Amino acid sequence: MSEWTIEVDRGACLGTGMCTSIAPDHFRLDDGTSSPVKARVDADDAVIDAAESCPMEAILVRSADGEVLAPQL
Amino acid sequence: MQVRAYPFAEPDDLGVNGTYLELQRDEPVARVRLPYGREAWLVTRYADAKVVLADPRFSRAPVMDADYDPPRTMPEVPGITTILSMDPPEHTRLRRILAKAFTARRTGQLRERAQEIVDGLLDAMEEQGPPADLVDALAMPVAITLISEMLGVPALDRVKFREWSDAAVAITAFTVPEIEAGAAALRAYIRELVEDKRQNPADDMLTVLVHAHDNEDRLTEEELVSFGVTLLIAGHETTGSEISNFVYQLLTHPDRLAELRADPSLLPAAIEELLRITKLSGAPGFPRIATADVELSGVTIRAGEAVFVDGLVANRDPAVFPNPHELDFHRPHNPHFAFGHGVHHCIGAPLARMELQVSISTLLNRFPNLELADDVVFKKGRLVRGPERLLVRW
Repeated sequence: MSEWTIEVDRGACLGTGMCTSIAPDHFRLDDGTSSPVKARVDADDAVIDAAESCPMEAILVRSADGEVLAPQL
Repeated sequence: MQVRAYPFAEPDDLGVNGTYLELQRDEPVARVRLPYGREAWLVTRYADAKVVLADPRFSRAPVMDADYDPPRTMPEVPGITTILSMDPPEHTRLRRILAKAFTARRTGQLRERAQEIVDGLLDAMEEQGPPADLVDALAMPVAITLISEMLGVPALDRVKFREWSDAAVAITAFTVPEIEAGAAALRAYIRELVEDKRQNPADDMLTVLVHAHDNEDRLTEEELVSFGVTLLIAGHETTGSEISNFVYQLLTHPDRLAELRADPSLLPAAIEELLRITKLSGAPGFPRIATADVELSGVTIRAGEAVFVDGLVANRDPAVFPNPHELDFHRPHNPHFAFGHGVHHCIGAPLARMELQVSISTLLNRFPNLELADDVVFKKGRLVRGPERLLVRW
């Protein structure tokens, strides 16, 4: 199974709770901003859903070879 | 445990009914009974509200189930599913179709257009001379024009949907048949527009939804129509009311107004603080149903029980917001729930913020002596609160 990386731009994050509700296994809110539970995860569409639903586009998902999977601008 | 009748009475201004604040202090998880349906819980503290709004153990879908007999303000259980009564993954499937159109980046590109609309409306208002009713002269037209342009609603039709929408967002302000007729007229109207977009695709959100249905099978025709209606209503009633509400708040807090005029860089923080403190919702809120036993402030919510939460009440929790009833443009941290929290966090939040910033700052810049010209009466018995009229002079 391929491995993805998740980054959250905590400066852009507004803590809407969107990602933590869509993909609760992958994101958590600390002090009002989100961070990934683990920076490297097995491929999971919920992570893409979370990144694509973030109003601030603060979540970056990349494949193992560095290609940006989400958000698509 | 005492069971209270809910929703509580609306205050005459934009404040919060004192019962909410007593419960927040003494009985953070309280029993309430609505006019129809089963009993429910009401949570008022920020930490509990956050769990109910964002934890996947709370669901919206059962509120559509007549057998469940959800707590509600109307006799009938709503027959039509909207995005607000869906859970992930169905909710995510719909939301993702338009999430891109509403990001902070995309709505930022509409700022110039918003400025143009606001400038034009204020030109007309100035020409007309004081006093002017800001509800009709600025607030509603700004919000209606922007969401209509984004959706692809023709300018000439904007007058007719106002009336339907006004009835459709009523709780007690209209009779049940009037409310249902308003909602049905809006649906029929959007259905007609959808058909038109099929023939004449354009660069707008209704066309995006039509394409997602016709070419990508991402939503049903009924979901498409519901989404259009929801966006049209939510896109103007809320922001349109808040523009008026914020002007009222500033004109009745002269010290804060002077502070903002003296330092315009406070504008974004001022808008966030006004969002936090203004009790926009006149409704009981959208109940969430527990899908497992969950403990909140020492009380166990059993699976299947309904919970009401109002983010605008949680916004007054002193545990998170010191001096919660004070309008303070210098809060270092303002994680308010004015747009909700979790999967149903308002999709239009970045658009609303932009509209509010442009409207309020332009109004204040152009009219340095703006003041209220009459007493203000607030509408009641509707989902969202705002003034009937907001007469000003300058």
